[in-house]
Amino acid sequence: MAEAVQPAAPAPQPAPQAPQAARARAKRMMPKKRVELLGGGISGACAGLATLLVVTLIFMVAQHGLATFTTDGISLASFFGGTTWNPHSTDDAGAPLVGALPMIIGSFGVTIMSTLFVFPFAIGAAIFVVEIQPTFGRKVLQPVIELLVGIPSVVFGLLGLSIIVPFIRGIAGGTGYGLLAGSIVLAVMVLPTVTSLSIDAIAAVPKSYREGSLGLGCSRWQTIWKVVLRSALPGIMTALILGMTRAFGEALAVQMVIGNAAVIPTSLVTPAATLTSVLTMGMGNEAMGTMYNDVLWSLALVLLAMSLAFILIVHLIGRKGAKING
Amino acid sequence: MQQQSTEANKPTTAPGAAATPAATRPNDVSLIDRASVLEEADAISHYAAPVPSNAPAKMRTRNVNLYYGEFHALKHVNLNIPEHEVTALIGPSGCGKSTFLRCLNRMNDLIEGCRVEGEVTLDGIDVYRDLDPALLRCRVGMVFQHPNPFPMSVYDNVAYGPRAHGITKRADLDDIVEQSLRDAAVWDELKDRLDANGLGLSGGQAQRLCIARALAIAPDVLLMDEATSALDPISTNKVEELVGALKDRYTIVLVTHNMLQATRVAQKTAFFLMGEMVEAGPTMQIFEDPQDTRTKDYVSGRFG
Repeated sequence: MAEAVQPAAPAPQPAPQAPQAARARAKRMMPKKRVELLGGGISGACAGLATLLVVTLIFMVAQHGLATFTTDGISLASFFGGTTWNPHSTDDAGAPLVGALPMIIGSFGVTIMSTLFVFPFAIGAAIFVVEIQPTFGRKVLQPVIELLVGIPSVVFGLLGLSIIVPFIRGIAGGTGYGLLAGSIVLAVMVLPTVTSLSIDAIAAVPKSYREGSLGLGCSRWQTIWKVVLRSALPGIMTALILGMTRAFGEALAVQMVIGNAAVIPTSLVTPAATLTSVLTMGMGNEAMGTMYNDVLWSLALVLLAMSLAFILIVHLIGRKGAKING
Repeated sequence: MQQQSTEANKPTTAPGAAATPAATRPNDVSLIDRASVLEEADAISHYAAPVPSNAPAKMRTRNVNLYYGEFHALKHVNLNIPEHEVTALIGPSGCGKSTFLRCLNRMNDLIEGCRVEGEVTLDGIDVYRDLDPALLRCRVGMVFQHPNPFPMSVYDNVAYGPRAHGITKRADLDDIVEQSLRDAAVWDELKDRLDANGLGLSGGQAQRLCIARALAIAPDVLLMDEATSALDPISTNKVEELVGALKDRYTIVLVTHNMLQATRVAQKTAFFLMGEMVEAGPTMQIFEDPQDTRTKDYVSGRFG
C-alpha cells in the first residue's frame, strides 16, 4: 500500500502550478488514503479483539481462581500442599479439604511420562523421513502423520479404554486405570504433533552442514548424530514442549483412562487424577460463586499459568536457537 | 568473470563468429576491462612457480563418464593429478569442473540419479570399487564454495573430524587444533576466540576455519571448490598464499572461475568445456601457448 501511494505523492516537481491543481491532485489521492485507513482500521481491530480476549480470559480465570484465597480464606499452603481433595467435607479444624497436590502430581506425571515415551519415537520417525528415506517419507509417512493430528481426542480415549486399559490390567493386575494408561494415550495423541514439528526442525538444517561432515569422512550416522541433530536441537525442544503443552491441557482422553481418584498415586497402575480431569468432572456440579466452584477455578488458574510457562520456554528456546544458528 | 561465464552458453565455438557480434555489442566495455586486466597481470610476472614436470600422479582418472539421470555431464575425462602440486580446473559455468572435482571424493554419491563410469584412482586404488567413501574422504578432504562452519565453537569445528575418527584425548586434540589453525593461517586471529561460535566469524576467517577443519584429519589431497568466490579480495589473497604454502605437504585440486587465480597458484591447469576436458598441461603453457583453439579462445577472453 505504502508503495502504491508513493508515486502519486507530489514529488520534487518545481511548483509553479496553481493551488487548484494541487488540491485536485490531493483529491485524487483521497480514495487510496481511505482504503489505507480502512485496511489499517480493520486489521487493527482484529488484533485488538484477539488481545482483548486473551486479557479478559486471564483476568476472569485469575479473579475466580484467586477468590479461593482472598474471599474463601483458604491458605496457599493447604491448597498446594494438601493431599486430600474433598471440597465438601472439612478436616478436624473445620477447614475444607481442598489439597490440590494429587492432581498437580497427576498432571505433571502424565505429561512428563508421555513426553519420555514420545521423544524416541518422534525423533526416530523424523530422522527416517528427512535423512533415510526422503521420497517415501515425504510422500507417504509425513501426510499420514499429519492426518493423525486431526483425530479428535475422544477417539484416542476410546482406544485407550478398550485396548490399553485391559492390556495393563492383564499385565499388572488391578483395574488398569492410572498414570501409565493416561501417559500412553497422551503419548499416542501428541506423537503426530511432535513428529511433524521435529521433521520441520531437522529438514531446516542447512545441506552444507551435512556436506561438510560427510566431506570429513564421517558416516551418515555420525553426521546425523553430531551435526544434524545438534543444530536441530532448539527446534526439536520446541516440538517437545509444544507436545507437553498439549498433553498437559488434554482433558477428555486422560479422564477416560486415568481412573479419576484424587489421591496421590502410589504406583503407575493405580487410579489417579489430573487437574483437567477433576475440572471437567466437577465444573458442572457446583454453583457459581461458591467456595467449591472457586477452588475449581484455582485449578484452572494453575493450568493456565503452566501453559503460559511452557509457551514462554518455547520462545526462550527459539531466541537462543536463532542465536546459535546465526 | 561471472558475467563472462554466463555468456559461455551461447554457441560461439568458432572464433571468427564470436568476434563479429562482440564488436557490435554495446557492452564490450567488459572485454576492454578484461584485456587491460590481463595485460596488467602479464606485466607483473604472476605465474606460479614452474613445474617439476615429472611429478608422480597422486590421483588419476581414466575415461570417466558421469550422468545426472539422462544428462551426460562428464565425457571421457582423463586427467592426472600430480603429487604436491596445485592443479586448477577452469572453464565456463556448467562445464563440469565442479562435478569432476566432486567425483574425486565421491561427493556425487549423495546426489540422486547420479551415475559414474570409468576409473578414478588414488595411489593406484580404484576409489569407486575398492575404497569405502568415508575412508576415501578421510584421505581426500574438501573445502566448499561457501564457508560452512558447523554451529559450534571454533575449537569443536576443527576437532570435529579427529573426534569422529576416534581421537578423544584432550591434549592430542589441542595439538591438532592448534596445528591445523596454524596451517590454515588463522591461528593468530582465532587463538583467543576458540570458544566463539564458528558462525560468528567473517567470511574469510570462516573459510580458513573450514580449511583448518579439513586439514585436521590429515588428508593427502585437498579439493577446493571455488573456495574464494565468496570472499573479499584480501581474504582471497590470504587463501591463495595459503594454497601455495600447503602444496608442499598436500596435493591440491582447485576449481576456479578466476583465471588469474589459476595462473597465480596452479602448476597444472585443466580446461573444461561442456563436460569435456579439452586440454590439460602446465599452467604457463595453457595460458601462453594453448594447443586447442577452444582453450585459446577461452583464456584470451573471446568467450566465457
